[in-house]
Amino acid sequence: MLEIRGLHASVNGQEILKGVDLSVKAGEIHAIMGPNGSGKSTLAHVIAGRPGYQVTAGSVVYKGRDLLAMPPEERARQGVFLAFQYPVEIPGVSNVYFLKAALNAIRKHRGQSELDAMDFLSLVKEKAQLVDIDESLVKRPVNEGFSGGEKKRNEIFQMAILDPELAVLDETDSGLDIDALRVVAAGVNQLRDPGRAMVLVTHYQRLLDYVVPDFVHVLVEGRIVKSGDKELARDLEARGYEWLEAPAPAARS
Amino acid sequence: MTPLAQETDLYRADFEALAARRASAEPGWLARRREEAMGRFEKRGFPTTRDEEWRFTSVAPIARTAFRRAVPGPGVRGRAADVAALSLDHVFDGRQIVFVDGRHAPGLSSIEAEDGLEIRSLADVLARQPDRLEPHLGRLAGGRSSSFADLNAAFVEDGAFVSIPPGLVTDRPIHLVFLSSGAGTPDPVVSHPRTLVLAGRASQATIVESYAGVPGAAYFTNAVTEIAVEDGAVVDHYKLQRESEAAFHVATTAVVQARSSRFSSHSFALGAGLARNDVRQLFAGEGGECVLNGLFAVAGDQHTDSHTFIDHAHPHCTSRELYRGILDGRARGVFVGRILVREGAQKTDAHQTNKNLLLSREALVDSVPQLEILASDVKCKHGSTTGQLDPSALFYLRSRGIPEAAARGMLVSAFAGDVTGRVRVPALRAGLERHLRERLPGLQDRDMQEAVL
Repeated sequence: MLEIRGLHASVNGQEILKGVDLSVKAGEIHAIMGPNGSGKSTLAHVIAGRPGYQVTAGSVVYKGRDLLAMPPEERARQGVFLAFQYPVEIPGVSNVYFLKAALNAIRKHRGQSELDAMDFLSLVKEKAQLVDIDESLVKRPVNEGFSGGEKKRNEIFQMAILDPELAVLDETDSGLDIDALRVVAAGVNQLRDPGRAMVLVTHYQRLLDYVVPDFVHVLVEGRIVKSGDKELARDLEARGYEWLEAPAPAARS
Repeated sequence: MTPLAQETDLYRADFEALAARRASAEPGWLARRREEAMGRFEKRGFPTTRDEEWRFTSVAPIARTAFRRAVPGPGVRGRAADVAALSLDHVFDGRQIVFVDGRHAPGLSSIEAEDGLEIRSLADVLARQPDRLEPHLGRLAGGRSSSFADLNAAFVEDGAFVSIPPGLVTDRPIHLVFLSSGAGTPDPVVSHPRTLVLAGRASQATIVESYAGVPGAAYFTNAVTEIAVEDGAVVDHYKLQRESEAAFHVATTAVVQARSSRFSSHSFALGAGLARNDVRQLFAGEGGECVLNGLFAVAGDQHTDSHTFIDHAHPHCTSRELYRGILDGRARGVFVGRILVREGAQKTDAHQTNKNLLLSREALVDSVPQLEILASDVKCKHGSTTGQLDPSALFYLRSRGIPEAAARGMLVSAFAGDVTGRVRVPALRAGLERHLRERLPGLQDRDMQEAVL
């Protein structure tokens, strides 16, 4: 589904990603871990197409197509979803209004009929239960005045509504207390699907106690320095990142 | 002869011709007020950017154009259908008085009688009951009137007269429509519509003033509206300015609030090539409440200037002011909001906010909030911000599949929504949102309509 090859990317002229390779198949969950500043969030934003992130080398192929050539809205319509680390507050735009516009843009692209207000609201009701989000929050302006936990739940709620094929969750677990973490993790687990791939970007192993990944990759200084299964996450928890840091280029095979 | 003299000479010649043609004799007080106003106008001429009140807005294009007074004729009638199409559907049927090129158009108006409520043409009142106007006309907008208000006073002929008798609470909005046909004479036409609203003690009414013109027509609307809000009365005033982009619009709304009255103004400036709108308010008694909201949204080469003045001359009065500006293309906007808290106006509570959104690199806005406090026991604050669309918000919306133009449209609508959302006349709010989309070409993207609707 997603093939990343030799990806180099810069922000404000500073190279952050220095040759990332990653292959994700439908149905898989990949965790990307790494210390602060290793490039995890940059990778997530490059996949979603955030302006200001410059890809200087390498390729990202999604469902056989050049993902990097698509504007962000086109990626979303093709099934890519980014759960933001810092969801944006948008005063004056209600959650449901914007989500309905988004969903119908995606459905139209898929050749499906657009949902009317009634059908959309029953979908909202159903998915709101999934992440235990208060329906009153759903009607409020996007993320405005939401607590940290509410913002993260809103991201998972949006993911549930938009039903993506590739979901990238950027530190969705950070800043959550254990109850909120369980709710978010349960939401993610319910959205596990043989047709859907997920990439969990996380700083801590904690989320992976609840959402068990198929693969774990460690990103250090813009490169994936180690890949393994869920046991690797436990090693990292026990040993930290130091033993993996600053690899000499020659040490990589 | 100086250029200034030439500019005013044209108006003097018109003024004399008008006086000669006037069929019936006017009351002495009116003739005197006209002559005085004309004299002040000639003495001062048109303002220049050296005048503090006009430093951001040059009216040279108005001063150097030889406008003619609109004369009624077949040209005007022939385009009545055109201009009728510019008014807001039929939602104000029974409460709508229409003026074309400054003159009452009874055929386009529709007024149903109600409990002493008067919605009439000012010309009719001038002809039949001029003495009723004597205490009011030119008195509210007087004092520090501008050259343009003087010009209006010199040429006043017609406009709307609304009188709400004491105690009458009327729910249905009263629509005053001023349309410009751009026809009538070979030269661009000027009209001087004059509106007088008298809200009696403990009355309540909603007044909507609309100004519009046939697209592409070049003309000059020089309007003055005076509103007297008596003790305990409540007046909600809306002004929707969507003149032709080749037109000039200069207007003053002067409001005097008596004790414990409530007044709100919602001013929407979307049209005209060059627009200047002044709202001048005075608390003439204790315990009043005043809300001044405004939105200007301009694009292309439009220039729009909003000046407001709130005069806290008495204690225990509250004012809330919120102006927002949206500027695209090479448009220029001005907001100058002055709040004066006079000596002795204790317990004044005044808030003023101006926020502006620039949608292009070439757009420009000048924002000057001014707070002058001469009393000691008051609660006042003001603030002003100018910025661009938040790129993070734009990316967030796009990352969910919303096309860029539609995402921009959502954010701009949300910005405007803080003001449009306060409009309590649903048909007006819907019409406004439609006109906003028309006025800002960047938001007309088909994708947006489809994505949003």
